[in-house]
Amino acid sequence: MNAIHAAAGDSPALDVAAIRRDFPVLARTVRGLPLSYLDNAASSQRPRAVIDAMSHYYENSHANVHRGVHTLSQEATDLFEGARAKVRRFINAKSTQEIIFVRGTTEAINLVAQSYGRPTFGPGDEILVSRLEHHANIVPWQMLCQQTGAALKVAPITRSGEVDFDAFAALLSPRTKLVALAHVSNALGTVIPVHRFIAAARARGVPVLLDGAQAVPHMQVDVQELDCDFYAFSGHKMCGPTGIGVLYGRESLLNAMPPWQGGGDMILAVSFEKTVYNGLPYKFEAGTPDIAGAIGLGAAIDYLESLGMERIAAAEQALLVYANERLATVPGLRFVGTAPEKASVVSFTIDNVHPHDLGTILDHEGVAIRTGHHCAMPVMEFFGLPATARASFAFYNTRAEIDRLVAALHTAREMLG
Amino acid sequence: MDLKDLYRDVIVDHNRHPRNFREIPDADRRADGFNPLCGDKLTVFVKLDGDRISDVSFNGSGCAISVASASLLTESVKGKTIPEAEGLFSQMHQLLTRDDADIDVSGLGKLGALSGVREFPARVKCASLCWHTLDAALHQQDQVSTE
Repeated sequence: MNAIHAAAGDSPALDVAAIRRDFPVLARTVRGLPLSYLDNAASSQRPRAVIDAMSHYYENSHANVHRGVHTLSQEATDLFEGARAKVRRFINAKSTQEIIFVRGTTEAINLVAQSYGRPTFGPGDEILVSRLEHHANIVPWQMLCQQTGAALKVAPITRSGEVDFDAFAALLSPRTKLVALAHVSNALGTVIPVHRFIAAARARGVPVLLDGAQAVPHMQVDVQELDCDFYAFSGHKMCGPTGIGVLYGRESLLNAMPPWQGGGDMILAVSFEKTVYNGLPYKFEAGTPDIAGAIGLGAAIDYLESLGMERIAAAEQALLVYANERLATVPGLRFVGTAPEKASVVSFTIDNVHPHDLGTILDHEGVAIRTGHHCAMPVMEFFGLPATARASFAFYNTRAEIDRLVAALHTAREMLG
Repeated sequence: MDLKDLYRDVIVDHNRHPRNFREIPDADRRADGFNPLCGDKLTVFVKLDGDRISDVSFNGSGCAISVASASLLTESVKGKTIPEAEGLFSQMHQLLTRDDADIDVSGLGKLGALSGVREFPARVKCASLCWHTLDAALHQQDQVSTE
């Protein structure tokens, strides 16, 4: 029962006060102060609807899926497959066979590396990424290169934190076997104009994987319109549970890929002479899946859709504009990542105050932000920084919370600057 | 717990004006320390006269706690023998990690200013990085990571 339904329809803006009541954790205090949770790019919070959907499942319908003929197993299977159908619709995949449930973005990318790349890549082949990537879109490819003799190529970024398209295009070659790109940078918030990159890759027949972990929570994603081959994202960054994520893959590619892990559910028949693998999507879902997680993810999608992704995007962009204006008034503050198109993420440093100290001081003011390298060490190294402070906003954040962030930054400067 | 317990005046001062913040080009021992969680990176240089630390310095970058701790370290171990420095390391380890006992900080001098860190578990590694790095230098290891 979220409060937004009343606001749905023609209303142009979200009722943030009502939305905040949907999120139990937002009512808590930290060190005696109201919580300002501005660490949404690391993990967002859960609305009651998601928590209830999972509890309801455990209290009423839990059994293993795809196995029993009894009532609970059928209910569990219906809920689990219902969640898959919601994901398909949410990202506009052609078929639920293209929706693989995984633990998260990281596992999705590892699956593609090991199942798509490992059997066919070899010495002389190249995988092309950008310098903006999260470690999850770097390390699986490095491991694949070690296994196959393929080489990792890295498209450079600019001082504003954008991927240099011309340099990227120049790195595309007949040796390029796969392009793996962030849709939105986790460290800087840059929205990569992926259409252009995908078109360039496809013109050379190179398949494209997008790391959508930071994009799906903030914008309408349509995998058919993007025309990408793989798309990976996580539940916990989009108000869903931890431990569940999605790999979208083009059906023809997934069909040609061997299973990644072996076990139950991914087979049709097993004997010691010959095992026949199951079809999509089950071929890639060995073992009992995270049933409750998938159901929670489905509930998160329902919740986000009840608000409307366009209105979510508009609310977050308004917060970004406000945050940029207010933060610019803090002496010694330097923005890191100034691309014209950004998700609601602000990465910054303050002269003479280390980000790690900022994190501690802000926590004492009830303001939660991320500090560190954001699992993107090559980005930090590019800017010559050991770390940044990063505030990242969700649609449930308010201007008042940004004001508290700014006030706490002044406190930090007074203490240490 | 108050932020002032963490960022005491001594710590703020040593962060703003770190002592012995330089390289010793002809150091007998040196080691690099790295805390990948927050990016703190420092190098500790040691000049030995027998088993006595005749000079010690550091450089690098880090948060206020790690810089101040390293600065305080250099002041406190200069002139000490290696066993004496190791004794201080062990006392500092207790100071930073034992939250139960009354730890006698009287022998630690200014290092006692770091006692507030143990109330901030996420920051203990910042304060201990330089000590682990010194320990590595004295044992002739090149690198240490607190992660």
